[in-house]
Amino acid sequence: MLSWLRILALVRKEFLAILKDPKSRFVVIGPPLIQLVVFGYAATFDLNDVSFAVYNQDRGSYSRDLVSAFDGSPTFNKVAVLNADREIAPRVESREVLLVLRIGPRFTDELLKGEPAKVQVIIDGRNSNTAMIALNYARTIIRDFNDRVLAERGAAGAPAELIVRAWYNPNLESRWFIVPGIVGLLTLVVTLLVTALSVAREREQGTFDQLLVTPLRPVEILIGKATPGFLIGLSEAAVVISVALLWFEVPFRSTVLTLYTGLVLFLLSAVGVGLMISSLSVTQQQGLLGAFLFMVPAIILSGFATPIANMPQAVQAVTLVNPLRYFMVILRSTFLEGASFEALIPQFWPMAVIGLTSMALAGWLFRHRMY
Amino acid sequence: MTSARAVPAVRFSEVHKSFAARGKETKALNGVSFAAESGSVTGLVGPDGAGKTTLMRLAAGLLAPDRGEIHVLEMNATGDALAVQAALGYMPQRFGLYEDLTVQENLDLYADLQGVPADQREGSYRELMRMTGLGEFTARLAGRLSGGMKQKLGLACTLVRSPRALILDEPTVGVDPVSRRELWAIIDRLVRDEGLTVLLSTAYLDEAERCSRVVLLHEGEVLGEGSPDSFSSQLRGRTYRLQSGEPGRQVQSRLQGRAEVTDVVVAGGQVRLVLESGSDPRGLREEGVFQPVPPRFEDSFVALLRERRGAPSLPDMQQHTIEVRGDDAVITVRDLTRRFGDFYAVKGLSFSVHRGEVFGLLGANGAGKSTTFRMLCGLLPPSGGTLRVAGVDLRHAAAEARARIGYMSQKFSLYGILSVEQNLDFFARSYGLRRKRRDERIRWALEQFELEALRGSSSDDLSLGHKQRLAMACALMHEPDILFLDEPTSGVDPLARREFWLRINALAEANVTVMVTTHFMEEAEYCDRLAIMAAGEILELGTPDEIKGSVAPQGREPSLEEAFIALIEHQDTER
Amino acid sequence: MRLRGLMRKEFLQIVRDPSSISIAFVMPVFLLLLFGYGVSLDAEEVPIAVVMEAFGGEAVSFAAEFRHSRYFDAREYVDMREAVTALRAREVDGIIRMQADFAERIGSPGPAPIQLILNGVDANTAELVSGYVQGSWLNWLQHRAEQAGQQLDIPVEVEQRIWFNPEVRSRNFLVPGLVAIIMTLIGALLTALVMAREWERGTMEALLVTPVSMTEILLGKLIPYFILGTGGMLLSVAMAVWLFEVPLRGSFGVLFAAASLFLLVALGMGLLISITARTQFVAGQVAILTTFLPAFILSGFIFDINSMPWFIEGLTYAIAARYFVAILQSVFLAGDIWSVIVPNALALMGMAVLFLGLSRSRSRKRLE
Repeated sequence: MLSWLRILALVRKEFLAILKDPKSRFVVIGPPLIQLVVFGYAATFDLNDVSFAVYNQDRGSYSRDLVSAFDGSPTFNKVAVLNADREIAPRVESREVLLVLRIGPRFTDELLKGEPAKVQVIIDGRNSNTAMIALNYARTIIRDFNDRVLAERGAAGAPAELIVRAWYNPNLESRWFIVPGIVGLLTLVVTLLVTALSVAREREQGTFDQLLVTPLRPVEILIGKATPGFLIGLSEAAVVISVALLWFEVPFRSTVLTLYTGLVLFLLSAVGVGLMISSLSVTQQQGLLGAFLFMVPAIILSGFATPIANMPQAVQAVTLVNPLRYFMVILRSTFLEGASFEALIPQFWPMAVIGLTSMALAGWLFRHRMY
Repeated sequence: MTSARAVPAVRFSEVHKSFAARGKETKALNGVSFAAESGSVTGLVGPDGAGKTTLMRLAAGLLAPDRGEIHVLEMNATGDALAVQAALGYMPQRFGLYEDLTVQENLDLYADLQGVPADQREGSYRELMRMTGLGEFTARLAGRLSGGMKQKLGLACTLVRSPRALILDEPTVGVDPVSRRELWAIIDRLVRDEGLTVLLSTAYLDEAERCSRVVLLHEGEVLGEGSPDSFSSQLRGRTYRLQSGEPGRQVQSRLQGRAEVTDVVVAGGQVRLVLESGSDPRGLREEGVFQPVPPRFEDSFVALLRERRGAPSLPDMQQHTIEVRGDDAVITVRDLTRRFGDFYAVKGLSFSVHRGEVFGLLGANGAGKSTTFRMLCGLLPPSGGTLRVAGVDLRHAAAEARARIGYMSQKFSLYGILSVEQNLDFFARSYGLRRKRRDERIRWALEQFELEALRGSSSDDLSLGHKQRLAMACALMHEPDILFLDEPTSGVDPLARREFWLRINALAEANVTVMVTTHFMEEAEYCDRLAIMAAGEILELGTPDEIKGSVAPQGREPSLEEAFIALIEHQDTER
Repeated sequence: MRLRGLMRKEFLQIVRDPSSISIAFVMPVFLLLLFGYGVSLDAEEVPIAVVMEAFGGEAVSFAAEFRHSRYFDAREYVDMREAVTALRAREVDGIIRMQADFAERIGSPGPAPIQLILNGVDANTAELVSGYVQGSWLNWLQHRAEQAGQQLDIPVEVEQRIWFNPEVRSRNFLVPGLVAIIMTLIGALLTALVMAREWERGTMEALLVTPVSMTEILLGKLIPYFILGTGGMLLSVAMAVWLFEVPLRGSFGVLFAAASLFLLVALGMGLLISITARTQFVAGQVAILTTFLPAFILSGFIFDINSMPWFIEGLTYAIAARYFVAILQSVFLAGDIWSVIVPNALALMGMAVLFLGLSRSRSRKRLE
């Protein structure tokens, strides 16, 4: 028989302990807010303000048109006009420009004669991802330019055309991808910080012994310790979700029930892992380090920033025990894809399993942790 | 060296020092003035929080005073901190040793830091090793040494470059009586042979009697200064031993409330009294036979504190009396053993405790007292043997069985961030007390433990004495039948310790079984029976009188501390 | 002699305390393996659905273009609905659809439409996949024209030159960036913890009353951990070059000098944190919050600094890792480019002086 009176006493005390101390209040409120702002704005793969230089050896009108097409694009920003080949390398090397547009002397002539003209795009590949995206942007501009030239000539153009449609995110805004991910990230960080120190702190201060000699059962301690982390994680997640919807204007296309079912199960697993780390640690320091050592791989291997599919098979297998992996899928499916409840069941149950297993282990460790 | 004697080695004049924490200013020293003479031992005596450590750090130039002047060896400790430090040996609490370095490496480090030339080291090391008896252990990690050995190594490290003065901050805390005695022997010799000046602080009042001068510090103020005799002589004619037919504890409880009594403690089954000045023992004739005894330093300390704080109120523990059925053993332990790796923390312990008994476990830090306690409370599984508390093994017992015990752990484990009232409320709830009962008990605790005025303050901000009271109140919220108290009085002042024992007396009257550990030998006198532990084993088990008798069956009655030392030495020679 | 004594003590402690060794050597290996294998932006063998509602040579040859590409893992579907289900279930990243009238329309004037439907949720991947598909599409058009003996009429052709990393391996820029993050962690965490430990164990008090000067105490910490950090750095560089096969085009000397400079900054930060915090717990928390997260997000290691809004971009100038990442990516991939190295090294030097100076001035031979 569980005693709700005793559990309630513990829950009350945990809340007081977390919220009365200004330092731990800050830990719960400060870092999430900072991360929300920083991640929301800084973590984006979209490029704007790509600085480029032009080396135009041609004096004709076509080359001027092409350059002004680049100039007119919101993505590109011309910072230099070059007059010689040897000026290219220093500009790229020093990272002054990401991209150089090099137009040969016969560009307009060739186009007027209907011969194939070439334009060289030199890109700094040190950050290959940025390079690829910038190259894609450049190609798009040149394709549009081609279409215009062909239309002028009244030519037939290519026999087949590629019509690109991106579902769920037609403008391919990477913020729509990142911001729902932040919900998962912050929920994990807050829940872990609240729970990973809770048992360790009491062990260090000696109050855990005091708890164990009271009539509280391990299950009751477990519930008492899990509830505050759960509730704080839930409210924090609710705030971040609203910010994602209202401030960052990410669409939401599924039912609230589906999202919150996922959230509750994810919280269950995060709280379980946090409590397990906490009951394994003897000092707060170990708890903190443990949380950190779980958090970093959990975030990296969650598909938050880079797709799990790009990882080697062995690493992909490891991600199966990462609760954040499943929650990431749920978040993006509910926000953007409008997935149904049934479609997400394969994501729901692994989190429930992780949560229950880690909780059971934490409860067992309360009494069996050796000193 | 008569000229050196003329100038005090350490002189404080009107020193003030306060610390700001959590936006609140705490005054650590409030106008302290004193002088420590060259070539002698000056003891700084006072309970925790009296300002001893602050004072020592000021003398070593580690802190700067807010006001006032400090002179050490005729140098200004604030302005010339470096010069003072070059002439000084300073041992901080916990001895300042690197635990992951060996004995030799610690010595080398401090020799390097002190700039001892290589050719002088050999001789200096040899001398230090001989003096401290650490010669065999030079390759051992400092962390693996016993408390007593660490303390001697710490001392040796401060002595590598013969300092002119030595400042030792609580050198004897947590050290067993034998090591304490050895340390004093070393200090005495250094002072006698080399004319060293020593300033040391201690919470053990009996150590004060070994100093040539004592400075009594309390709440940042000097209560008195002088030779130990000058303190105790003020009480001449006021100290008595009372022989009475009743058990000492009952007599103590009864007499403590009397107006003419300043202090009363249990000693050797009888009580020792300090009467108010001008009172006559004849007024208490009906209690028994009064026999004058010489006053001790502690008597004068307590008398001085009483003048400031007034008489204690007698506790009303509101404990329902528990029925005693004959000779029922509440706690039984057979061959209890606990191993950590290949180290035996507790080895083959057997004893039993009866209902209503106050049972003491006595021993230095590391003797295995806390480990035994943790096993009894079900916090640690034993490696071997059996134990029963109230007929069950608490480790596997139902929650209801745990509701019958109360436990107060070593560090007065409280939720620091919660207020006094919230702490009480939490423990009352976790023992399942319903609203009406809970309110009743909280009211009782606030009143009885004099915490009413502090009910809203965080328990972190309480003084040690208040923390101890609160921790005890928390352990008593549910009126347990059996009470476990792990070092309940360490660090608190003598008055708080007396109040504590009066409360235990009252509980014992109601037949609550009390099991207590302590390293204060004189506290063992309050126990009905006690077990003396060393290195995980019981050396001797019995009533205080039996234990003393086992050591010195004839002649003068030894103190328990002397008995303890004799027992340990006896054990060592047997090996 | 005093400094030597302090340094010897520190080395003995490092050797005997497994946690410093593991922070200096095990953590870099762990993090490098984790990031090196876990973080990749290269989509290879992108699973893609090819829906052929049309039959005929043209459609088959277009589909073959994907079957033979190393970028794609093409799966052919006949029914569009099945492909959509696969897209929804994330089995494929995109659908290429040729409708029933494809064969008919490609023969007649006007372009025949080929639909590319992408799952836009992961915008970055979608962008890359769209780029790959367009490449394949152009290839196919060219082949087709050649086979017909014609010239494909594309007025302007793009000739791309990707310098420094022609095969566009994301690992080549991620791994050098990682070295910076790992060194931030080692440097700051290690020193923050060890100084705080001296305070906590009471040994600092014993040190302070000896004739040792504060500069000697700080140097006594700095030098051993500098050497330890250098060890961690060499290990990371060795792993980058031999395990992850990142080319090292610049000179090792420059890399080593820049890394040493950065290590000084990190150690200085660690010292400053521990002088201020004094407990291992707080020092650890602050070290992780102020070094790891900023180094991860704001250093340009993964997210492009230029594309951040101005207020975030301004913030990045305060992050030491930013300068080191710039140097690392250049030295590894481009060579000794002085126009990158000099300004960034100067910034690092300034920060090192700032942090070490602050540590020195904020630590007194007093306990307050």
